[in-house]
Amino acid sequence: MLTGLLIIFPLIAAILVFLTKGKTARNAALVLSVLEFIISLLVFYQFKHNPGAKELLLNCTWIESLGIKFAVGIDGISLLMVMLTTFLVPLIILSSYKNEYDKPNSFYGLILLMQMALVGVFIANDGFLFYIFWELALIPIYFICLLWGGEDRGRITFKFFVYTLLGSLFMLVGLVFLYQHTGGATGIKSWALNDLYAAGKNLSLYQQSFVFWSIFVAFAIKMPIFPFHTWQPDTYVTAPTQGTMLLSGIMLKMGTFGLIKWLMPIVPLALAKWGNTAMMMSVFGIIYASCIAIAQKDYKRLIAYSSIAHVGLIAAGILAFNQQGLQGAVIQMLGHGVNVVGLFLIADILFRHTGTRNIDSLGGIRNVNPQFAVLFLIVLLGSVALPLTNGFVGEFLLISGIYKYGAWTAAIAGLSVILGAVYMLRSYQNIMLGEVKTSTAGFGELAKSDKAVLIIVCAAIIAFGVYPKPLNDVTEPAVKALLENLK
Amino acid sequence: MIKLIGLVPLFPLIGFLINGFIGKKLSKGVSGAIGSFSILASFVVSLLIFIELNGSAQKSHVVDLFSWISSGNLQVPFSFLVDPLSALFLLIITGIGFLIHVYSVGYMHEDEGFSRFFTYLNLFVFFMLLLVLGNNYLIMFVGWEGVGLCSYLLIGFWFKNTAYNNAAKKAFVINRIGDLGFLLGIILIFFTFNTISYGEVFKLANTGIAAQGTITAIALLLFIGAMGKSAQIPLYTWLPDAMAGPTPVSALIHAATMVTAGIYMIVRSNIFYSMSDVASETVAVVGAATALFAATIGMVQTDIKKVLAYSTVSQLGLMFLALGAGAYSSAVFHVATHAFFKALLFLGAGSVIHAMGGEQDIRKMGALKKALPVTFFTMAIGTIAISGIPPFSGFFSKDEILAHVYEENKLLWFIGSVTSMLTAFYMFRMFYLTFFGKFRGTHEQEHHLHESPKSMTVPLIVLAILAALGGVMGLPEFWGTHNWIADYLSPLIYRKNPSILSHETEWVLMGLAVAAAAVSIYTAYNVYRKNNILPAAKEEDMGGAERFVYHKYKVDEFYEAVITKPLNLISEAFYKFFDLKIVDGIVNGTGQAVNWFSELIRKLQTGNIGFYILAMVAGIVAILFTSLF
Repeated sequence: MLTGLLIIFPLIAAILVFLTKGKTARNAALVLSVLEFIISLLVFYQFKHNPGAKELLLNCTWIESLGIKFAVGIDGISLLMVMLTTFLVPLIILSSYKNEYDKPNSFYGLILLMQMALVGVFIANDGFLFYIFWELALIPIYFICLLWGGEDRGRITFKFFVYTLLGSLFMLVGLVFLYQHTGGATGIKSWALNDLYAAGKNLSLYQQSFVFWSIFVAFAIKMPIFPFHTWQPDTYVTAPTQGTMLLSGIMLKMGTFGLIKWLMPIVPLALAKWGNTAMMMSVFGIIYASCIAIAQKDYKRLIAYSSIAHVGLIAAGILAFNQQGLQGAVIQMLGHGVNVVGLFLIADILFRHTGTRNIDSLGGIRNVNPQFAVLFLIVLLGSVALPLTNGFVGEFLLISGIYKYGAWTAAIAGLSVILGAVYMLRSYQNIMLGEVKTSTAGFGELAKSDKAVLIIVCAAIIAFGVYPKPLNDVTEPAVKALLENLK
Repeated sequence: MIKLIGLVPLFPLIGFLINGFIGKKLSKGVSGAIGSFSILASFVVSLLIFIELNGSAQKSHVVDLFSWISSGNLQVPFSFLVDPLSALFLLIITGIGFLIHVYSVGYMHEDEGFSRFFTYLNLFVFFMLLLVLGNNYLIMFVGWEGVGLCSYLLIGFWFKNTAYNNAAKKAFVINRIGDLGFLLGIILIFFTFNTISYGEVFKLANTGIAAQGTITAIALLLFIGAMGKSAQIPLYTWLPDAMAGPTPVSALIHAATMVTAGIYMIVRSNIFYSMSDVASETVAVVGAATALFAATIGMVQTDIKKVLAYSTVSQLGLMFLALGAGAYSSAVFHVATHAFFKALLFLGAGSVIHAMGGEQDIRKMGALKKALPVTFFTMAIGTIAISGIPPFSGFFSKDEILAHVYEENKLLWFIGSVTSMLTAFYMFRMFYLTFFGKFRGTHEQEHHLHESPKSMTVPLIVLAILAALGGVMGLPEFWGTHNWIADYLSPLIYRKNPSILSHETEWVLMGLAVAAAAVSIYTAYNVYRKNNILPAAKEEDMGGAERFVYHKYKVDEFYEAVITKPLNLISEAFYKFFDLKIVDGIVNGTGQAVNWFSELIRKLQTGNIGFYILAMVAGIVAILFTSLF
């Protein structure tokens, strides 16, 4: 029941918000998204005390003839992804308070609709349902980017839409193929996740390879990892800040989450054969995107490329497929989600206060607003994974996991530790340090809503860096169970 | 008391939080007092723990705080280790840290970032304490990167200055190169021993379960970390630039404590190095090379802080030489004495700079003896101590190191001895040029010359006493005296190599060292005191070789050319060519191909019924054919 509520509530909230007018929309959206966060806390509480509780499961027949069920459930990994979503959405809404959007009821309604789809993706236990939510998530973000985006949004959003849709269609082919092979013993076909697992294991290497690549491409585009990433920088830069936050903070985790739950356990043989190729793509992408980030002048684009580097490391950790790699991936998905929302808000603040995001035209903001300088620095440290920030726990586990896969692979992936420091510190210096420039002299104070979001983000960065135990407690057994399943 | 070890880092943390959140609203007096007394409180607790530890038979106490990271076999508790090594470092960090905090109250008094300075400084002490207190490698790493952050913040303390900001960034990035090595080392330790807690790792290593190659790899990876933090070739170039920070920072972070973290790490992990000759030899050679190389640069520098910076790099090299020779306790001994005299020298230099209104060029100083009597006297002690003149502290630690190196390798001993000679020379060069001769600054500077306030001179005096007498920690065995520090550290040294030198040899070596120092000092006296020869005032007046060394052998330029520039080029090429043209070009090309193909197909939709019927018939015929055959 509770999990059903997790999905239904944002839908109702979205409809309510669509019906409001003017500024009430954003306040209503904020309150409703906080309520959704509270519901997710209840789920968390329930899961901690009784992971097998009925409240966490929902299994209704949907389209009987095709074996499709409305089946949702929670495990440790999906729980954390849901928590990430419900934690970030209120922050994303709050971060928009200084932007005046036309038709606010549609804007915030779409955000909430998107939240429904995202939660659905993370808790679906039925392949068809998973696919439906997966595609459903694309629609609101498409409109958010198209209607409220920046320059050249038509072309860029179209490319993003077609590119990701194409990936999803490949995934559909893969899933249908799997579905066709279910029910080996009983003859009853099913989309249930466990049945897909069973079906996948019985496939030949050739068939598994087909499934692997068709589904992998969808996930690789969504994250994105090299070389499927070229829609991302333009889209991130053009989308309204809240759209970028949704895309990078939560939506890209659909790809990494899918990899963990909807691909790797299904096709063990193909993984053994093609895992190395995918690993090489991920690791090369880390270095590639880090280098490109060094060459960026537009701060938003710089973060976009740094995000490709970070997600490459997460993907590599997943592909290493061991306790440390997977656990690090999940923890880093949370860390990256929080940090990247902070970074994109900073980019937005810079633009609103100075009219530019070009790091060479900025400078000396620290003189004018030292408080902002401190908050910015903390987000940056989380992003470069300094110990005692949330970024470090995940990154250490990821590099450990990759090391188990291959020492040299880990050494190369680890170069991101150095390159990340290069581009992050360089941009921080150009933006914040030095003498005040004319562009930054009138920077002024932060808006209350911006300050609130940054403080919450910074608090999360430090809290989970110093005391990641709650994350360990959830992820450790979940990953162990996943690995046990495969044996 | 040992159970309360958590208090030691807690006090600076509290100081950091108070000054960080409300420091600006506090008066400078209160802000400075919070900063200083939080360190004093830590020092008192550290001292009590030190005394308790000395009295107790158990030499290693683990205090668990909470579980930090847990992932399958990988269990990382947040826990502290109190043993002779960490207890000694606690005293150095908090003791010297306290003196430098007090000194900073005077030194930074006019600075608008006064409370911010103490915020950073307290945070630094907090992380430095974590570094030495951690009971596993990852907690050491937490402190390790944490002090790197504080170093970054303090080098760039005057953040309006672009050159300083660049120096700060350079320090952080170069340290990160080392940190990656360290991190991989930790991971390798974990996969080899299934644990990263010191006690268990060393016990397992001692049983010999790990392959020789693995041990060597671990030792070398950890050493890469040490090269970064302790400024050894090839990762030393950040330390001279780090002098951009306020002088108390140079004294505390870039001389007395943080830069010795690499030595701490290797002493802590001594078992790996004593098990691997390859690793030990690497450490020794890198140390010796760095010691000599930095000393030659120090010979021609004219910025008082730069002289001291290169001297620090050189002295750190000497410590690594000791480590490579297996003389772990001698290296720690030198860490301690070096902390005394180098902190003293930096703070003295700060006092001079303070009096000179910010001037750092020794060519523009001179004759400061009279105006700055306390600074002069205390710096004299520091200079003598570093030069290795008995009975000052540096003499004992340096002599012990060189004796051990002599046993291992005569060539390295020779390099170490030459380094010591050079050290004595350039230190006295700096000393004479600063305090003797004629005053070479402006009239205005001369008019303003003044001795520093009590808050600055008292720490100088205390450090001078330590620099003078610190040698008692490790009096030579062959004098029939007690080498306290060697005994004190012996519980954690896994493979001991007792000295095999005869007393006669030791006496000869010692005599040679003292004679060499005396010759150096006499030469410096002749050139800079008696004949009043000044270093070239302008670069153009220097000889070619001198200019090359003055420019630090152009190593920075070399790195710029082979690393920084190519990296920027690659980044641009990846972005502008590879990403935008090729990868995205293929994506857009695919889209265009679809468009083009659609255009082609579109032409089939002619609207001509006759054409459609023809096509249908053709289709039927084709189907018939395929199903027939």
